[in-house]
Amino acid sequence: MEITLSPLSPSFSKTFITSLYELKDGERIRTCLQCGTCSGVCPFGYIMKFPPGKMIGALRAEIFDQVIKADSVWMCISCNACAAFCPSNIPITSALMTRAKEEMLLAGNIPSELQAAMENTQRYGNPLGESPRKRADWTAGIQPEVNILSKTRQPVEVLWFVGDYASFHSRMQPATKALAKILNALGVKFGILGTEEFSDGDSQRLAGERGLFEMVAHKNGQLFKKYKFNEIITTDPHAFNAIKNEYPALGIKYPVRHYTQFLFERLEQLKPLMKKEIKARVAYHDPCYLGRVNGVFDEPRALLTAIPGVELVELSHQRMNSLCCGGGGGGMWLDGFQWEKAHTRLSEWRVREALTVNADILAVACPYEPPRFEDAAKNVDAGGQLKVREIAELIAESMEG
Amino acid sequence: MKIAVPVKFVPDLVEELTIDPGGTALDTSWLRLIINEFDDHAVEQAILLKERVGGQVIVAMAEAEGADDFLFASAAKGADQLIRLTGDFSSSNNHALARALADLLKELKPDLILTGVQAHNDLDGSIGPLLAEYLGLPYVGYVAGLTAAADMVTVRKEYAGGLIAEMEVKLPAVLGIQAAEQPPRYVAYSKIRQVMSTAKIEERAVASLDLSGGITISRMFQPEVTERATMMGGSPEEVADKVIEIFKELGTL
Ligand code: SF4
Ligand code: SF4
Repeated sequence: MEITLSPLSPSFSKTFITSLYELKDGERIRTCLQCGTCSGVCPFGYIMKFPPGKMIGALRAEIFDQVIKADSVWMCISCNACAAFCPSNIPITSALMTRAKEEMLLAGNIPSELQAAMENTQRYGNPLGESPRKRADWTAGIQPEVNILSKTRQPVEVLWFVGDYASFHSRMQPATKALAKILNALGVKFGILGTEEFSDGDSQRLAGERGLFEMVAHKNGQLFKKYKFNEIITTDPHAFNAIKNEYPALGIKYPVRHYTQFLFERLEQLKPLMKKEIKARVAYHDPCYLGRVNGVFDEPRALLTAIPGVELVELSHQRMNSLCCGGGGGGMWLDGFQWEKAHTRLSEWRVREALTVNADILAVACPYEPPRFEDAAKNVDAGGQLKVREIAELIAESMEG
Repeated sequence: MKIAVPVKFVPDLVEELTIDPGGTALDTSWLRLIINEFDDHAVEQAILLKERVGGQVIVAMAEAEGADDFLFASAAKGADQLIRLTGDFSSSNNHALARALADLLKELKPDLILTGVQAHNDLDGSIGPLLAEYLGLPYVGYVAGLTAAADMVTVRKEYAGGLIAEMEVKLPAVLGIQAAEQPPRYVAYSKIRQVMSTAKIEERAVASLDLSGGITISRMFQPEVTERATMMGGSPEEVADKVIEIFKELGTL
């Protein structure tokens, strides 16, 4: 797609860099060594006309309008790899990349797929453009019935923030049902927001739509206030990240954990329930916003190794060095745009890595991933022999024995 | 150039449509409304034109849930004047709506009126030609792109089979927009929020609606299964097996 640009003032580089200084740790950008680590570790760095290190160079040379014109910032999937390995601890992803996307978006320069996701979020409260009335449809048939707080208004131990893809996506719904079954089997008193729930907004934020993020965050915050619960658990690492790291600044403060952390705490209770053997070599993909950004590496692995029969194998990119599935920071809604530029998909690289270590199953813990990796497996030689499973699906399957 | 864009909302097909118990109308209790897609393009085209030749864009619509949000979003994109018609539009039709809009447009005296060429709920004809008739102005529909001169526009009209005609239209005129020259733009939510606190929506009361010329609905119903159609249920695998069986029976496999 051609990006058209509204005229930028010559002082654009200056105003842009000043706006970075106002962000958390933004001043650190002054300490950039121009070492290029960020650009090297970036999965799409080789394709960006201005990878992160060069962006900072352009800022210093006061030619940042060229960066915006080049539109390669839409290749960034906010995976945080650059920031994690920057020797100067510069918040590259959260400050530089996110602000640059915001600038693109304010100028109206946004790829059409991403625009649709944003408009859907504004209108329906979810980027998929599904009817909000259908948000809790996945609960049909689950026994005991899932407690929808707007209907029952009962206090619960745990508020399960189900999230967009886990609620609506047909590939994710079986995994969502699996988690409901596990929670029921553990006797957890949990409830969901049902049709009232809004998108967590984190991926929209990382794709530059700060205003939209704040809008949905406040709507969720109002709902949290309405009901009684001790803590929040999420299916989605992005929701976990938003509620943990971003909502508090908006005055929305609640204890939150990813479901893998919550289940890990109950592992001893869970173990005797998992009777059926799943004899398979299982490779685990660390989701960026569970692992690299929030440091949750061990709990998902502990859950997997507790499943009888499972042999855990590590991918070549793992833990801090994990490779993004390509869905973060708006990447979920930039597939066409990024394919046009790169003619490759990160999810396909990842599937090849799993095949290289002879994995039978690629285990995941983020709702973007089952559809992404399953689609990718169809495009990779011998990909058909690889199964993609949510951790919750594997646990529930083992409990059926 | 003063450009007026009358727009309307239509039922959002994201929700399943149900017929009300009377059997002649949609059940409105669950109805969600959305801007008519072609009207969205008309607004975009008007703003593109304003950016090229200068002038003023007026967006007008009948009141409805979500109408203000749409009007503010239009202002954030570049519309200058926002008008909401108030009144009882519950039993309205396009004839009545076009008459109400025509009264407003006679007052506003725009050089150019752009509106969506059609809408999926146009039961009694589309708004554009009705407006042109009531205003005594020329009308060209299925327009996808135009250039403007002082007292005339050159429009590109699409015909079936990939034919495109260019024609000159004397102003003032009404154009039915098929597609803007570029897809409707995105405005960041923060910009819409800003506009909400600064822009004003003018209200125009519509005293009574003249429904004459419209149609009477005798029955509204969901598509019915005809004898020739075979509905197949089951899992994707089962359906695939059945389809293959049918193809074999028909001799196409
Ligand atoms: S890794 Fe850090 S210090 Fe090195 S070029 Fe990138 S931003 Fe600068
Ligand atoms: S966040 Fe990931 S994709 Fe974006 S610039 Fe950094 S390494 Fe590259």
